[in-house]
Amino acid sequence: MPKLTIDGTEVEVEPGASLLQACEAAGKEIPRFCYHERLSIAGNCRMCLIEVEGGPPKPVASCAMAAADDMVVHTDSPMVKKAREGVMEFLLANHPLDCPICDQGGECDLQDQAMAFGTDGSRFAENKRAVDDKNMGPLIKTEMTRCIHCTRCVRFTTEVAGIYDLGATGRGEDLEITTYLEKAVMSEMSGNVIDLCPVGALTSKPYAFTARPWELSKTETIDVMDAIGSSIRVDARGSEVMRILPRINDDVNEEWISDKTRFIWDGLRRQRLDTPYIREDGKLRKAGWGEALQRVAEKVKAAAPDRIAAVAGDLACAESMAALKDLWDALGSPHIDCRQDGAQLGGGERGDYLFTSTLSAIDTADALLLIGCNPRAEAAVFNARIVERSRLGGFAAASIGAPIDANFPCAQLGAGPATLRELIAGEHSFAKTLADAEQPMIIVGMGALARPDGAAVLSAAKQLAANVGATGVDVLHNAAARVGGLDLGLLPGEGGRDVAAIMQGAQAGEVDLVYLLGADEIDMNGLGDAFIVYQGSHGDAGAHRADVILPGAAYTEKNALWVNTEGRVQLGVRACFPPGEAREDWTILRALSDFVGHTLGYDDLSGLRARMIELAPHFTEIGTAGQAVAGAASEGAAMADTPFDLAIDDFYLTNPIARASAVMAECSALAQVAAQDKEATGTHG
Amino acid sequence: MAFLDRSARSLFLLEFVGAFWLAMKYFFKPKRTVNYPYEKGPLSPRFRGEHALRRYPNGEERCIACKLCEAVCPAQAITIEAGPRQDDGSRRTDRYDIDMTKCIYCGFCQEACPVDAIVEGPNFEFATESREELFYNKERLLANGDRWEFEISKNIELDAPYR
Repeated sequence: MPKLTIDGTEVEVEPGASLLQACEAAGKEIPRFCYHERLSIAGNCRMCLIEVEGGPPKPVASCAMAAADDMVVHTDSPMVKKAREGVMEFLLANHPLDCPICDQGGECDLQDQAMAFGTDGSRFAENKRAVDDKNMGPLIKTEMTRCIHCTRCVRFTTEVAGIYDLGATGRGEDLEITTYLEKAVMSEMSGNVIDLCPVGALTSKPYAFTARPWELSKTETIDVMDAIGSSIRVDARGSEVMRILPRINDDVNEEWISDKTRFIWDGLRRQRLDTPYIREDGKLRKAGWGEALQRVAEKVKAAAPDRIAAVAGDLACAESMAALKDLWDALGSPHIDCRQDGAQLGGGERGDYLFTSTLSAIDTADALLLIGCNPRAEAAVFNARIVERSRLGGFAAASIGAPIDANFPCAQLGAGPATLRELIAGEHSFAKTLADAEQPMIIVGMGALARPDGAAVLSAAKQLAANVGATGVDVLHNAAARVGGLDLGLLPGEGGRDVAAIMQGAQAGEVDLVYLLGADEIDMNGLGDAFIVYQGSHGDAGAHRADVILPGAAYTEKNALWVNTEGRVQLGVRACFPPGEAREDWTILRALSDFVGHTLGYDDLSGLRARMIELAPHFTEIGTAGQAVAGAASEGAAMADTPFDLAIDDFYLTNPIARASAVMAECSALAQVAAQDKEATGTHG
Repeated sequence: MAFLDRSARSLFLLEFVGAFWLAMKYFFKPKRTVNYPYEKGPLSPRFRGEHALRRYPNGEERCIACKLCEAVCPAQAITIEAGPRQDDGSRRTDRYDIDMTKCIYCGFCQEACPVDAIVEGPNFEFATESREELFYNKERLLANGDRWEFEISKNIELDAPYR
């Protein structure tokens, strides 16, 4: 390990570390624009210049030079100071200095570093350069005159997002960052370039001009747009969420988030349920809490216990699901389910429905098999991780199921169970690739599990994993609530109905009341004449069909737990209060339990959490991935021959919040146009 | 002796004459008071009076919604909501409110303003009958700017050499 001296202090760094990293290890701050820990090294901003003794008599770019034994480095010598001031003067020569109208103002690297390392004046009296703004779609606002050509955005899109839409044209003063064809950046990770841009050249379009960083209250919480549970920071002003940014969490999302996670916040303001409603004569009217709960209680009491049913939705927090489960147990009804899509999971070992090998295992995996799973739509952040792994080489990926639009090399092996059988039998060439791999990974998605023979598919995948020596099968969920619901046992009890059976029962008049806890993805027309209670935050399909609406809190408005696809229990923190009369979801169920005469045994969050720990002990371990063992593959059940479907048709519109968002609607429309364009080639018509 | 001194003062009305002389002296001297509101005292170009939002000579409002005045205001009297303007998408305020009952007339807002949009003008006569009238909105502030533009620009010009 190289040992070197930096400003008189000796440090030892990992072999291959750059001088910049060594300086950081020694506690020295090195200004930089183009260097980023998770991107390749470009060395083109020249801001990180330092002096190395014994080298050439000029400053060296510390980001691009490897640390070596016995180097003597100075980061505060007159040469370094002069070099930094010179570089800063050059960078500012063509920068418009329009900080007052720039959204980056207050959180700008160039602003901060000009204050810390620059001089107070410029000798540049000539005309500044101006660059045309580029169209980068509905999410990214450009002001290309401000660009300092660090190329972080270009490197991010190619290396992490896996698309080649951004690039640089021209040289020297004519260098421009562009999308070449003036088209939107079509990536579900595109929003990250906004964070990466060290200046205000790329800023957020929906957030444009609305707030300054110093007026926002920042809350560190968890995202629920997918089952990955990315770590996010919610910036709110008063009762409004103004923007959402990623937090660094190497185990889950590194430091990226998907566009859906980032730009969902306008959906938190629209279509909100802010007061209870009761349907009278076919029309919903506003009501008070007491009245609405009384109405629900009457209907619950009037129906026999085996004629009421409950369905938990995709965004429900573990607290509300635990309260729902307890209430339904108290009422004596076995009809409860948390699997809106009908996934054949749960009931057995915890390891059977988790992403057991953890998301970060992809960094070291060398073969990947996707079964009925499209990570790009179902877990965009994880997909970026696959792209990064794939780019490093020595990695083979393949997919079974409907063709997916993967942005990493991915072989399409087949459409359904037939191919899976071939692989198990070892007749397929990819079986050998998997068997030869040191760390093969087999991911099963909801496309393969959310069908009647889902359990058989999972069993077959386990068989394959055992054959090729993989540690197990990883289940990739696409609903944030799912694992929490399965953990807490929101599954049909003895003789209970699952979602499909509840709908059938409602249609046939065998179920009188269905309680929807934020469940919007089921077909509301299939609920017959049943009395529908909808508890949730947004006026979506469920609220449209409901007979009583109980307004709940969205994920930024409650302190609650979610469990991600790895089984990692994560704590969401309230960033602002729910609108109007809306309440935190578990408190609504607690209040309802009073009305129906089966009062739940907890009055506060800590009491409820204690109950959840009783139901599932791992709720004590916040932040760690679930250590769970999977059951063995079962024999017997046979797979049908129908091919695996895609679980998500439209990445941007997967939940009620997203469907309420105007930004998501625009992205979705654009993505559809782009998909059509892709199909239409030059020889088309 | 004290008795004689007191008697002489009483006899010749010395206190009365002295006081009468003083009163007469000031009676004929030039007056120190002004006949407000018909007359007013001089004001410095740096006088910090009622706020105004200024426009450019072509009528475009100067304020660019940078929110520096809102950030610097020690009394938190300024509230700004900003966004892209409907017609051209440029950065403008949707809302610019000053609570004049909170304002302490420190002048930090005009110091912070990069485009000389918010200024404290020379007007100090804006007493109202109700508190509500002192909650200024953007319309009111722009109207102030239009009304006082001549004086304000003159004052800025006069103060410019010292900045």
